[in-house]
Amino acid sequence: MSASSSNFFSGTADAGALEVSLGPHHPSTHGVFRMNVRMEGETVVKLQPVFGYLHRNHEKIAEKNSWLAAMPYTDRLDYICSGTNNWAYAVAVEKLAGIEVPERAEYLRVIVGEMTRLQNHTAFLGFILGDMGAWGSALMYAFREREKILDLFEELTGARMMLNYARFGGVRCDTPAGWLDKARAYLATYPAFLDEMEQFLTGNEILLSRLQGVGVLSAQRAINGGLSGPVLRASGVDYDIRKVDGYSIYPRLKFRVPRGEVGDCFDRFMLRLLEARESLKILQQALDQIPEGPVVNPAVKQRGFKPPAGEAYGRIEGPKGELGFHLVSNGTEKPYRYHVRPPSLINLTLLEEMCLGTKIADVMVILGSIDIVLGEVDR
Amino acid sequence: MNFPGSGIIKGMAVTALNIVGSYFDRAHAKRLITEQYPEERPKLAEASRSFPFLVFDGDDPEKGIRCVACKICEKECPPQCIYIVKDTDANGKPIMRPKVFDIDISVCMGCQICVESCPFESIRMDNIYEVSGYDRFAPLVLHKPQLLKSNAYYHGIRPTEAAATDARIEAARLRKEAAAKAAAAKVAAAKAAAAAKAAGEKAAETKPTQPE
Repeated sequence: MSASSSNFFSGTADAGALEVSLGPHHPSTHGVFRMNVRMEGETVVKLQPVFGYLHRNHEKIAEKNSWLAAMPYTDRLDYICSGTNNWAYAVAVEKLAGIEVPERAEYLRVIVGEMTRLQNHTAFLGFILGDMGAWGSALMYAFREREKILDLFEELTGARMMLNYARFGGVRCDTPAGWLDKARAYLATYPAFLDEMEQFLTGNEILLSRLQGVGVLSAQRAINGGLSGPVLRASGVDYDIRKVDGYSIYPRLKFRVPRGEVGDCFDRFMLRLLEARESLKILQQALDQIPEGPVVNPAVKQRGFKPPAGEAYGRIEGPKGELGFHLVSNGTEKPYRYHVRPPSLINLTLLEEMCLGTKIADVMVILGSIDIVLGEVDR
Repeated sequence: MNFPGSGIIKGMAVTALNIVGSYFDRAHAKRLITEQYPEERPKLAEASRSFPFLVFDGDDPEKGIRCVACKICEKECPPQCIYIVKDTDANGKPIMRPKVFDIDISVCMGCQICVESCPFESIRMDNIYEVSGYDRFAPLVLHKPQLLKSNAYYHGIRPTEAAATDARIEAARLRKEAAAKAAAAKVAAAKAAAAAKAAGEKAAETKPTQPE
C-alpha cells in the first residue's frame, strides 16, 4: 500500500489508493502477464500492462535462419492455434515470391484453419469461465471437445499443437486414408456440444451479471485502437478479413459474420459461440467440395528457398484477429526483415480503457474476454 | 421456465447429465474416457512424431547405416540441435559415414524439417514420448548408438510411410542398376566396336601382307 509515493506509476498517488501487481504468475490461463493496477476502494483508476516475460526473440531468430526454418517457430507464436500461424506466414511468403497454391492445398488450409478457430473458440469458453472463478466443468467440457480436434490434427500432421503444416505453395502432406470422413463424422457431433454449452452457460444468471455491461468498448474506439477479430466485431464493426480480402477459397464458401451490439464482455463471449457455428458451416462445405490433386506446388524449392528481393505483407483472419507477417527480402536465403503483426498484442492495447472504472474482479474477466495468448504478445 | 435462477438450474442439469451420463449413457461415455496411463498406453496415430532417429538396413547398425554425413539436416535444423562429424578411414581420408551423430532432444522441437531435407531417406521421426533423465544435459543428448534404429522398427511405427520409402529406395536402386547395365552395355558395345574396328584394321593391315 502506498500513501504518497507510487510503486509502479510515475507521480504520486492519492492517499488511500491501493496499488496491486497482478501477476506475473499466471493471472489467468493465457500465459505469464502482469498488470499494475491502482485502485480506489475496489475501483480501478489506473492500469498498466507489463509484458515481455515470454519474449523469445522470435523475429530475430527468423532473420538468422532460412525462410523455411521460420515455419516451425510460427507454431509457437500463438500456441493455441498454430494452424493459422503457419498459414499466415505461408501467405506472406507466397505474396512475396508470387507462388501459386494448388486447389486441394487451399482446401486443406481452410479445413485446418477453421478447425483451429473452432478449437480456439471452444477453449476460450472454458478459459473465460476459469477467469471468472468457475474453474472446472466448463473448462473440462471445452477441453474434452478440443482434445478430439487435436487428435484429428495429430493424425493429419503428426503433432497435436505444433502442426508445422503449411509450406510455401501448399501444405506438407496429404490427408491419411479416411481422415476426411473421420473429420466429417466428428464435426457432425459438434453442434450438439455447442447447444449443450449454450444451455450450460448463456442463461446462467451469475455469468450474465459478470459479463453484461462489463468492459464496454465503443465501435469508434475499437477502430481507432486498430483492434481486429472477435473483439472488434463484438463492438459492432463488420470487419472480417475472410470477407474483406477474400483470400484463399473463402469467396466460394457461404458463411456469415456475426456482430455484437454493445461491445461488452457478454458480446465477446457470445460472438465466439456464433463464430464457432459459422466455422462448422465452412468446414462442412470445404469437406464436401475438396478436390483431388497435388497438395504442394512442385515448382517451389522448400530447401534453399530464395524469394526475389522485395517486401510483402500477408495477412489472414486468425481466430484472435488479423495475423499478418511483414517480410522484407534481399534475395538471399534469409529474411532481411521479418515482422509479425500479432492480433493479441494490438487487441491488448485498449485493456486499460476497458478496465477503468470497473471493479478489480472484473479486470480478469475483461482480460479473458479479449482472448490473448502471451506467446504471441511477447513473441 | 423463466423464473430467476432458472438459468443456473438448466446449467446444473447439464452437469448432472454429464456426471450420470458418463456412467450409463454410452453416447456420453463415448465422448472421452480417461486413459489409465502407465498401464494403458494410447495408440498413437501413424503420423505422430516426437524426435528424430536414424534408420539402418539389415541387422548391423554400423554396416547398414543410410546416413552419409552430408550434414544437410545439421544445416537446415531450425534450432540447430544436430551435430555431425564425418568419419575418416585409416589414411585420414573422409568417408561417407558419420563418426559422431548427436541430437540434443532438449533443444529439438520435433518439426520434421530434418526428415524433409534428408535426400538419403536416413533420418526419420520417432514417436517415443518417455524420455527423461536425472540431469539437464547429458541424458538428453542422444548419440549415434541410441539414434540408430532398424528399418523393421520404422515399419513397425509407420507402415505406410516406411513402405513408400522402401519403394522409393528400390526404384532408385533399379534405376541405378538399369543405368549401370546400360553403361556396361554401352561400354561393352564400345569395346566390341573397338575390337571389331581393331580386327578390321588388323585385317586391313594383314590384307596387303597376305600376298607375301
